[in-house]
Amino acid sequence: MDAAVLITIVVMTALAFDFTNGFHDTANAMATSIATGALRPRAAVALSAVLNLLGAFLSVEVAKTISGGIVDESQISPAVIFGGLAGAILWNLLTWYVGLPSSSSHALFGGLIGAAWISFGADSVHLTKIVEKILLPALAAPLIAGLVGFIATWITYRITRGVPDRLVTKGFRFGQIASASLVSLAHGTNDAQKTMGVITLTLISAGHLSPGSGPPVWVIVSAGTAIALGTYLGGWRITHTLGKGLTKLEAPQGFAAQTSAATVILTSSHLGFALSTTHVCSGGIIGAGLGGRERDVRWSVARRMAVAWVLTVPAAAVVGAIAGKAASLGTGGVIGVAVVGIAVAVGIYLASRRTPVGPAHVVDELYTPAEPTPARKVA
Amino acid sequence: MHVNWGALVSVLVVSLAVVVGLVLLFGLGLRGIAARDGRSPVPGVALAAVAFAGCAAVIGLGIYVIVS
Repeated sequence: MDAAVLITIVVMTALAFDFTNGFHDTANAMATSIATGALRPRAAVALSAVLNLLGAFLSVEVAKTISGGIVDESQISPAVIFGGLAGAILWNLLTWYVGLPSSSSHALFGGLIGAAWISFGADSVHLTKIVEKILLPALAAPLIAGLVGFIATWITYRITRGVPDRLVTKGFRFGQIASASLVSLAHGTNDAQKTMGVITLTLISAGHLSPGSGPPVWVIVSAGTAIALGTYLGGWRITHTLGKGLTKLEAPQGFAAQTSAATVILTSSHLGFALSTTHVCSGGIIGAGLGGRERDVRWSVARRMAVAWVLTVPAAAVVGAIAGKAASLGTGGVIGVAVVGIAVAVGIYLASRRTPVGPAHVVDELYTPAEPTPARKVA
Repeated sequence: MHVNWGALVSVLVVSLAVVVGLVLLFGLGLRGIAARDGRSPVPGVALAAVAFAGCAAVIGLGIYVIVS
């Protein structure tokens, strides 16, 4: 097929993934701030979108690898990247539909693993790296963040004992905005660059850029804009789960959860043991729930999240394998995958309209997904 | 397979230390504000100012880590 057409489709798919990454991960930064009333829903996603956009421009040091060595990148072709992105996008949409937070990075890894495996065989996938980069961090992140969040919450309540409730609530709401902003900024810097890396490597593999090149300005601008737009859309289903579904948060708990998440994310990134933002934020919220006055965590929701985390890589890998194989067949395969992918995305969106979840729901106490909901502004 | 256990332990220890310090500072700041209403507001205001300045410094460090 015409290489330019394939490159164009891969770039558009990468930006689509970036967009889903934005609305899927808004909840990580802003769910607790919305749940405790620190920020109104629309203001929260607007702030997060701006900080994600800003984060995309903070650093242009594009990741040298897009898979962290999990797959043999000397064999990565635009068709494999396309398959990987297709798997990641589909998993992001499915988990958004059921309101479960899951790692967009792990979904991308899964998609690339499947596409590389089906195209080049099992040797192109480094299983030990899967343990190092995916399994172990996925286990460690919620445990570390949960422990830190639990202790932070315990201290938060004790250090403010005797301080008027009104001041405590107002003060911690303010502090929560600062820590949520840090998470948003870090997310924009890390995740937008991931897409920049995907697009840049695609352009290099097609000979449009010389090896070792940085991302062109249009790549930086488009990746930052895509993740910011996705973030502004809100991903209200996942925001509802993290803000209201896991536990009922008071302002001190929200502050402890968000501060713990921000600290663990930045520390792990700085010390070279990168942890998933989604897993860290979820763990922080659970820890804050356990450390609060009511010690109330809905473990059924936590179990569903854990199942989604376990399924992320294999599910994205299966879709990535199918899409990668089809794409490697030529123009018809790529167009076929694109058409099927768009049809599935539209189907998921239409299904979501039957039980809409909008900004108003994430501040409603009595909302349950099974009940019919009144018409509201929905994203 | 090489797992960097040292980095993992460091993540836990450093995160815990930073968060505990930050939460203590913020809580002390709120206590300082609450103490403003007492007979002598100056110590409360001073405590709050120092505590919140410490929090701001930690946030600044976080931004530095992101940018760098």
